[in-house]
Formats: sequence, C-alpha cells, structure tokens
Amino acid sequence: MTKMETAVTPEVIKSHGLTEDEYARVLDIMGRAPNITELGIFSVMWSEHCSYKSSKKWLKTLPTTAPWVICGPGENAGVIDIGDGQAAIFKMESHNHPSFIEPYQGAATGVGGILRDVFTMGARPIANLNALRFGDPSHPKTRHLVAGVVAGIGGYGNCVGVPTVGGETNFHSSYNGNILVNAMTVGLAQTDRIFYSAAAGIGNPVVYVGSKTGRDGIHGATMASAEFSEDNEEKRPTVQVGDPFTEKLLIEACLELMATDMIVAIQDMGAAGLTSSSFEMASKGGLGIEMDLDQVPVREQSMTAYEIMLSESQERMLLVLKPGREADARAIFDKWELDFAVVGTLTDTGRMVLKRHGEIVADLPIDPLAQAAPEYDRPWVPGKKRPVIDSLDVPAHDPIDALKTLLACPDLASKRWIYEQYDHMVMNDTVQRPGGDAGVVRIHGTKKALAVTTDCTPRYCLADPHEGGRQAVAEAYRNLSAVGALPLAVTDNLNFGNPEKPEIMGQIVEAIQGMGEACRTLDFPVVSGNVSLYNETNGVAILPTPAIGAVGLIADSSKIATLPFKEDGDSVILIGETKGWLGATLYLREVCGSEDGAPPPVSLHREKREGGFIRAMIEDANVTAVHDISDGGLLVAVAEMAMAGNVGATIQAPNGIALHAWCFGEDQGRYIITAPASQVPVILEAAHEHDVSARLIGTTGGDALTLKGIGTISVTEMRKLNEGWLPGFMSAPDTNA
Amino acid sequence: MDPLKAAVIVFPGSNCDRDVAVALKASMGKAPLMVWHRDTELPAVDLVVVPGGFSYGDYLRCGAMAAHSPIMREVKALADKGAPVLGICNGFQILTEAGLLPGVLMRNAALRFICKDVTLRVETTDSPFARRYAAGEAIRLPIAHAEGNYFADADTLDRLEGEGRVAFRYCTADSDVTAEANPNGSARNIAGIYNEKRTVLGLMPHPERLAEDALGGTDGIPMFEGLVEALS
Repeated sequence: MTKMETAVTPEVIKSHGLTEDEYARVLDIMGRAPNITELGIFSVMWSEHCSYKSSKKWLKTLPTTAPWVICGPGENAGVIDIGDGQAAIFKMESHNHPSFIEPYQGAATGVGGILRDVFTMGARPIANLNALRFGDPSHPKTRHLVAGVVAGIGGYGNCVGVPTVGGETNFHSSYNGNILVNAMTVGLAQTDRIFYSAAAGIGNPVVYVGSKTGRDGIHGATMASAEFSEDNEEKRPTVQVGDPFTEKLLIEACLELMATDMIVAIQDMGAAGLTSSSFEMASKGGLGIEMDLDQVPVREQSMTAYEIMLSESQERMLLVLKPGREADARAIFDKWELDFAVVGTLTDTGRMVLKRHGEIVADLPIDPLAQAAPEYDRPWVPGKKRPVIDSLDVPAHDPIDALKTLLACPDLASKRWIYEQYDHMVMNDTVQRPGGDAGVVRIHGTKKALAVTTDCTPRYCLADPHEGGRQAVAEAYRNLSAVGALPLAVTDNLNFGNPEKPEIMGQIVEAIQGMGEACRTLDFPVVSGNVSLYNETNGVAILPTPAIGAVGLIADSSKIATLPFKEDGDSVILIGETKGWLGATLYLREVCGSEDGAPPPVSLHREKREGGFIRAMIEDANVTAVHDISDGGLLVAVAEMAMAGNVGATIQAPNGIALHAWCFGEDQGRYIITAPASQVPVILEAAHEHDVSARLIGTTGGDALTLKGIGTISVTEMRKLNEGWLPGFMSAPDTNA
Repeated sequence: MDPLKAAVIVFPGSNCDRDVAVALKASMGKAPLMVWHRDTELPAVDLVVVPGGFSYGDYLRCGAMAAHSPIMREVKALADKGAPVLGICNGFQILTEAGLLPGVLMRNAALRFICKDVTLRVETTDSPFARRYAAGEAIRLPIAHAEGNYFADADTLDRLEGEGRVAFRYCTADSDVTAEANPNGSARNIAGIYNEKRTVLGLMPHPERLAEDALGGTDGIPMFEGLVEALS
C-alpha cells in the first residue's frame, strides 16, 4: 500500500479511516478521484487526532482569554504574559497509543513532540511534566509499561537537558489496555520574539531542517484515532523512534536562528509530519505551497511521495524564511550539524502541489482540506447521577490501620522511583523539586518563578464527569496556590474512549462543561490543549481523564511555601470546610473495596477565596508549611507533611463528625498549614476576613503521628510503607507475567 | 591582579555548561569563556571545566566521541602543563575516554538513570579542588547519571588509593563508606578521582547544582572557592 501505483479501492479507503461520507466529500473537493498520495493526505488531515472533529464543537465553549493571554488555542502552544517583557509558553500532549505499543519510544517521542511545540514558538523549554495512567498493578503488562515509559521519558528529557519537575501517576484496571502518557512542556520567551506558523510572502522559500525523513511513524495519527484490538502489536512500525541528541541540537539551532530576523514562520513536524505542518502554515497564511519532494532529506532514497508526506520521523521543523537569507540560515544549521534543505516555495494558488522525480504527484486545494475538515455534533447522553453516600453507611475502620493501607496503595505511594529517573535539577533553577504540591522553576536570572502542576482525578470523572472536570481544574488551582503562585492559565489533555458511543461522548461534553465553569470562575483560561479519543480496547473504555496542566507565577521565589513540617511546636491549622465526604474516595476504594458514590462537590467561589487567602499567608510569611488536601483526605495530607519533614504531629479530631469521615473524607477546597503558635491569632483573624474557614487541629512535634485518644504511628513506619510500594512492585520476581 | 580566567568546553549535547558557568561566575566574579568543541586553540586560561550533559547523545560509549573533539588536544596539553581541569559527570566520562584519568564509567548497577542528592566523603584535601573541605567530612551533592559506575582493575584501584588519588567516595551522612551508600555500584564507592599531580579531577556528582541556598544547599561552593584561592 506504500507504492505509488496502489489503486484507491474501497478497501484502501476504509483502511485509511475515512467513512463513506468523508470520501464523498473528498471527491467533491477534488472534483476527481484522489491518487494514493492525496488519499493519504486527506486521511491524516481528517483523522480525529489532527482535526478534533468530534470535540471541536465543545472545545469552543472553553474560556480562552484574559488580559494576560497573548495567544490561546490554535497555535503550537499557548502563550501568557508573565511581566517584564517575558512570556511563558506551554502545552500538554498525549502519546497514549504509541506508548502502549512501544513504551520506551512512545513516551520518549511524546516528550520530544511537546518540546518542539514549545520551542517552535521561540521559547527555551525550562520545565517538563508528565501525567501517567497505568493499568492495575496485577495486570501482567503493567510493570513492563511503567518501566518502559519512565525510562523513555527520562531518556529523552534528561538528554535534551530540560528538568522534569512534576507530574502524577495513577493505576486503575480501566487502563489495562490503554495507558495514558501525557507530557507537558513549559518554555520561556520574550514577548516581542514569539514565532507563529502562518506563512507569508509569495515566493518565499520553504525550508526543511532537522533529522532526515525515514519510514517510521507512517499513519501514527490515524492509529491514534481508532480503538485498539487484539492485533495492535502489529502496529509497532507506526511508532516513531526518538533522537534526543538531535532534538537538543535542533533547540539550540532554532533559538540561534530565532535571535536573528530571518524567520517568517515556523512549525514543527508533529503528528502527520510534513503533511500537517505544510498545510497548516499555508492555510493560516491563505497561500499555496509547491514542494519538490526530491529535496527532502531522506534516510532511504526509494521512499515514495506517500511515505515522505506521511512519515512521522521526529526532530524535524519546517520554516518560511525571508528571501535571500537561505545561506545565513544554513550556516547556523551547518554549525549544529543538522540537515537544511530548501524544499519549496510559497505560491498564490491556494493549492499544495507536490513533485517527485520531476512529476506532479499530488495537487490539492489547501483550505477545504485544512479548514473544512469534518466537524461532528456527535450524539451524547448525560451520565447517570450516582447517589450521594452517607458517611455513616461507610464502614469505620481503625484510622491508623486505614492510614497504613492508604499510604502504601499504588495511587498514594511515593513516586520517588519514578522521579529519580528524571533529571529534575538540570538548568539549576529548580527551587521546588518533585514531591511538593507543584514544581517550581525560577526564571533564570530573576527573582520570579513559575509553578507548574498536572492534575486530574479520573475516578471522580467517571462518577460525574461534570464535577470531575470542575475538580481537575480546581485541584490545579489549589496546587499552584499551595506553593504561593498566582494561577494564570491551563492546558488540557482530554483522554476519553470512543466518541461514537453516546455515553462516552456524554463524558466528553460534561467534563468540558465542568472544566469551562471552573476556568471561568477561577480566571484560569485554557490556552492550549490536546484531545486523545478512542482509548478503548475490545470495547472497554478508560476512565474519563481530562488531565489539566497549569502554570502560576511567583513574584519572589524566595517566598515559596513547601509542604514538609519544619520543626516541633508549630500549630497545625485546617483551612476549608470538612463534612466528611466519602463517596468515590480512596478510603472507600482501597479500604472498603467499593468504587461507588457521587464525588465530592467543588465550590468554585469558595475555592477562589481560599486560594487568595493561602497566597496572602505565604506572601506575608505567616506560615511555615502548606499542603493541599486531596486524594486520601486530611490524615493522609498530614502524614505526607510529617514524612517529608521527618517531624511528627499530634492531631485532635473534633466532635460532631464521624472520625473516619473526618480523617479520610475528600471534601474539596482544603489545605493544611502550619505556623508558629504566636501567629495563630493573626491567621485565624485573616481567615475570618477572607471568609474562609480555619480551625486549629493540632501541633507538630515528636517522631510519630498521633491521633489524640485514638492511636499513633511512627514517621519511620509511615515512610517505610509509603516509600516501599513502588520499588517493591518494580523489583518483585517475575511470577505474574 | 587580573581576575581568574576559566574556560567551559561546550560539546554538541552538553547541557550543564550554563549551570557550571553560573557557579564559576559566582565564585570567580567573572563569567568563564565558553569554548566550542571544534575550536583548535584554547585561550590562555587558569582552569578548564568539561561540563555535564550528553555529548553526542552518549550514543556511543559515554564520552568516547567528545574525547576525540579537536579542542581536547588543547585540553590535554594544558593539563600536561599542570593547569587544573575539572570534569563533572559527562565531563568525567570524557576525561577517562581521553586518557586524562584512568578507569571507566559503566552503566549504573541498577541499570537506571538516578537523579538525587548523595553524601560524599572527602578523601583528601590536598588539591586545588578540595582545599576548602575538611578531610573525612561528608558533603552533599546531587548525582544525575545512568553511567556512573566507576570501574578500574584492582591494581589501578590500589594505586589510586595508595597515591591518595581518590577524591570522593559515596558514604552515609556519618561519613561511613558502606554498600548501601553506593548509588551506582562504583568500585570501592569511588565518586571522583585525581590524576597523578591532583590537578585533574573527574567526579560524577555535580558541585554546581548545590552552590546556592535557594537550590537547597551550598556544599559545592567550597570547590569553586578553593580553586579561586589556589589559583590566585
């Protein structure tokens, strides 16, 4: 099917993922039957992955503007103003399907792709994050996938020299056949030197730089737009192979070129490679493009036009240069020992004309293809509302025993085994390493810093996609506030099952609506994003997982808050309201063995007040430690602070609420803070002024966590449980495979 | 007198070049020269640093390609004259491949990349790099490598020890050199070694990464300040 002379039969059309309706549209646009190269181009451009045809209608409802937003969705990444003429550029993107098939290369090229999206726009990448979801630990493939994905992320990010400073990892059986690998990059640019992809200037040269084009990754975008079945191992050839060394050179070469005035437009070659990059540039500029594929640097001379256009070989960029600057630009790429080839010119025809061996091998109209891609209003049904579970109906286990179970459960266990495989310090600006509520990197040479986080609680999203969408955004807002950062904007990575099923489409719609509500109320616009659908195997879908990546600004990096308890004798204060919500919690799942119930509701206005209060307390240096309360509830949060600081605490539970509900309820909008006893009146008064609930619940000190009148556990034992699970799991003898 | 001049060699794939330049500037008061690997002449400098990173992607044996870069002939010539040369992480690997230091850095025993703080025992203070430390003290510096497992034959190790050329060993917080404190399987817990004159130091840990309070520690500073003192 890769030969030029392949006939376009109904089978070939079907294998390219085009429906009958879509093919009729192709015929209409072309006015004739397409040849195989043209069909391939339509196929990738109209794939779900490239066209967002199922989600576009709903994505448009998300808030994307704010005074500090320089560029929202639609470019390679989102751009926000962080003051002093500087911009943060960031995006999160999935590489789910390839990572399941070939975990090392799938994850590695996921990192490479998102890095390019960011430096394409003129930014030096300064932080990487990742949000990972794996199947049940007992599933025979899980360990192999964890090992490969983590090694792949590290192998790429470490080599390019960008610190990986944060992320999250969950395990759930719904991901057994479809793991999620969502990678995020944050970069720094000057606001007056941001580069966009719209081509301009008829006659200007179109230039290809970076790695040579090979046969890898052909049809990756199409693969990512279909469900998996038993034969997915056969798709291994569609996974690309990463070359982080070339990426590092490409970053340096592109930034060197960007410091000149030679570039008109620039676009990385990501999904659908040369096809989508050239179409997007031409389409955004309203121009045509003529390319001689004989000029494209290739690894194998016999490659066809079809293969060259659809290859997803990595580490490649497409540029439009100002006329006459080819030699100057080439000198920079020569220095970095990268390929540089003039492959085409911009035209005024509005058409893409491709030549190979002197003959025209494709001639397509650009706009109808790029902009008139199908857009579906797929049928959807709202999810069934689950009943609210009364905490008194949930078994009350001994809180210390329950804490032990939770600290060692896969979702809460320390992820040190993962983040120690990532260089999280290179660039020497990481002031909050992994293990805090958010990663914090300084803006080099300034007092400022960016806080970055990724968040989503998929079990809430399954229980109620709307509430889950709100919660994912609110938790990101909370994690940024907890280190003292002003939350500025988010990027989203929407991972769902097959949108052609109304109940899955319902999850997508409701989650987006929930996210939109939260983003609007919290002044937290969405500036970039990515959608990954068809995460299903043999008809079983993943938990709905709208992962949120978020960025916040810290004016003075010396004032950030961290989560470890600092010393004996500090007061422990609970911020926020505790009703003891146990539905859809980890306590219910890990201790009671049930995944039932509605998830905890988020009060967005309260969330905003509390975030403002926490930031004010950090700014005024009233607090010694801050940690948000999330998975596992209050007692888990306190335990995490104790373990991190190697300082114990004594906590007093109040009357009037069931003890297990107080300890493990996952009521939203809560933080634990500590402060010297002398500061407590000031803090309680300030809380009152901010209309925020605050309650003194204990004192730090000693080498154990004690729940007064109930029980106690040493910090050492907690740490053993919390640190032990993941290394134990990864090094256990191979008996279950 | 003139401020000290240092040079940082930049290979394709170096990625700690800026980090060490920042630390050098903080101690020396002057930014080092950044020297491109293809250069064939080294300016007159008092100190050469071969920084960390992934020169040539480490696609061949770590450091093997960079060791043959044109500039390395100049680095060797300068080292022969007794000028201090500091190789950090990938720089250590390059110096062993270039024959400036004995032994080799193999894959970590656990076969994984490791990025974390470790404690090191200062084995000798008799060098321009370690004069500001106390002998036997435990200092904390980060490692970040997949190939830091130092290996040399027993005779070479005996000679290094006999000649006082072991610079740092992985140890516990109490300066005990134990198997548990060895993060990568290095022979005899060796984290860094000197040449015969103790003017060339290669070490896997990154002194430049803990040379500022805001980054969590300052145990790297004495190395840079010691160099300033020794060379002034």
